[in-house]
Amino acid sequence: MNPRLAVNAVVLAVLALVPVYAARTGDPFLMTLFTRVVILALAALSLNLIMGFGGMVSFGHAAYLGIGGYAVGILAKEGIGSGFVQWPVAIGASALYALAIGALSLRTRGVYFIMITLAFAQMIYYVAIGLDRYGGDDGLTINQRSRFGGLLNLDNKVVFYYLCLALLLTGIYLVWRLVNSRFGLVIRGARSNERRMRAIGFPTFRYKLVCFVIAGAMCGLAGALLANHTNFISPAMMHWTRSGDLMIMAVLGGMQAMFGPLIGAMTFLLLEEQLSRITQYPNLVIGPLLLFVAIYVNGGIDGLLGGGRRG
Amino acid sequence: MVYFIEQFLNGIQLGMLLFLLAAGLTLIFGIMDIVNLAHGSLYMIGAYFAASFAEWTDSFVLGAILAVIATFAVGIVLEIVAIRRLYARSHLDHVLGTFGLLLFFNELVRLVWGPAGMTLSLPSEMLHAVEILPGLFYPVYRLVIIGATLTVAGLLYGLVMGTRLGMLIRAGASNREMVGALGVNIKLLYTLIFGLGAALAGFAGLMQAPILTVQIGMGENILIAAFVVVTIGGIGSIRGAFVAALLVGLVDTVGRAFVPDLLHVYLTTSASASLGRALSSMMIYLVMALVLIVRPEGLFPATSK
Repeated sequence: MNPRLAVNAVVLAVLALVPVYAARTGDPFLMTLFTRVVILALAALSLNLIMGFGGMVSFGHAAYLGIGGYAVGILAKEGIGSGFVQWPVAIGASALYALAIGALSLRTRGVYFIMITLAFAQMIYYVAIGLDRYGGDDGLTINQRSRFGGLLNLDNKVVFYYLCLALLLTGIYLVWRLVNSRFGLVIRGARSNERRMRAIGFPTFRYKLVCFVIAGAMCGLAGALLANHTNFISPAMMHWTRSGDLMIMAVLGGMQAMFGPLIGAMTFLLLEEQLSRITQYPNLVIGPLLLFVAIYVNGGIDGLLGGGRRG
Repeated sequence: MVYFIEQFLNGIQLGMLLFLLAAGLTLIFGIMDIVNLAHGSLYMIGAYFAASFAEWTDSFVLGAILAVIATFAVGIVLEIVAIRRLYARSHLDHVLGTFGLLLFFNELVRLVWGPAGMTLSLPSEMLHAVEILPGLFYPVYRLVIIGATLTVAGLLYGLVMGTRLGMLIRAGASNREMVGALGVNIKLLYTLIFGLGAALAGFAGLMQAPILTVQIGMGENILIAAFVVVTIGGIGSIRGAFVAALLVGLVDTVGRAFVPDLLHVYLTTSASASLGRALSSMMIYLVMALVLIVRPEGLFPATSK
């Protein structure tokens, strides 16, 4: 059994058994932490689809978390509590936003692309601050989680956790199928040499835009989950440092690996949690660690597991 | 009219501060091809140094000079210890590594100076306002900022356009491999440019410090604005950074001052207040998006890549 498979299996087993362990030890915080890990892993996964496989380094991915979250929060406040409405709206709004900014941003290259995605995310951030009816700067408490009739009760922490985990695994499967399809080959081809892909007749702009929209929609779903998890939305959900966190998770785990974003999110959030228990100054360790990874590690944690075919 | 001139001056002042940050950023971008998110940390450190040195020497000017020298030194050390190792890496690794540096510096400042902010107090002769036009009183210190930053901008222009070092900097911005191939000590040049960028950022931070409080994370919002400036101006172009900085400074300040009033004509008070606040914060990003749609490489692209 190669080490990559072993690590993936261990991660899956740990995630599957978290609620059991939490029930045994009676530690409710463990559930909160791991639900967060799973949700942010879904967001990092969607970022990795465009960044790792498509080479589109977006520095504004947290905007979709915010849009998804605000869709849930705003609808809840206006009396529409059904998840059958809230979640499709969250996904649809994120996809629409991704379509609009993608159409503009994908005209630029390299650092300009990083900067323009950052700028659009900042705009959405300020829009949220301006929404006085929905809490403005302070944010808005959501009184009731999304309702799914008799189907699912999200107030049950274990049910909600397994729902998030199921969505994450579905997401990983979808990304895997996508990346290895003809569509995925075009996207990956455009990352390595866009000019050549165009020369052999692929309208790469359209392919990249579709990929960008899929990633946005997926992250919008993560935003809807996050709002349900914290019962709270605020502009801080889409602060630019949050976009940075998502990038860290994707890079840390390994951008060419299907489980990379999940492993990255898990490592980053658990490390942050552990360090802030030991010291008041966790970032004195995390900061240099990120620098070290940026300088010396190729392919993140996945890269440490040795070569071989990935993806 | 008086109000408009006052806001116009405020816009120039913000623009000049942005230019100090953006000049360093655009040089580091253009020559070393490094995306430096930690640039705002140097701005913050400059302000903290100035507050400490001013308290220690009991003089604002002396404190400011010492702070600029100290920030220059921090920049040099930072380049040698960390940034240098990032040159060969991808832009994504730059973002990751310098994001790590940003977290590190915020935490370090919290450890050294404590979580509470500091204040940098001005000498008494800079505290009052003067009447620069009939009926228009303007704070002396804001005029000092405009004067000092313009002077530094002029010196920088002289350095870049009129000296041998400046010639190398310009050559590096258009083709750095060739500069290295012609036998220039490119390593030393990079270190100096990073130090220069750091000193400019530190200077911007300490000049802004007496108006706002000196606090952790103070460099982050203005860093994003400086990125907007660099992107609008075109990466690697000092001239582009200057034009874009004034544009962004004016759009931001004048937008904040007048957009809510303009909306008030059409909307109710509370709606125009909240929408106006959001819209005026968004203005500079809208300008940037417009510029990039028309010219994807910014207004004055320096590199011929």
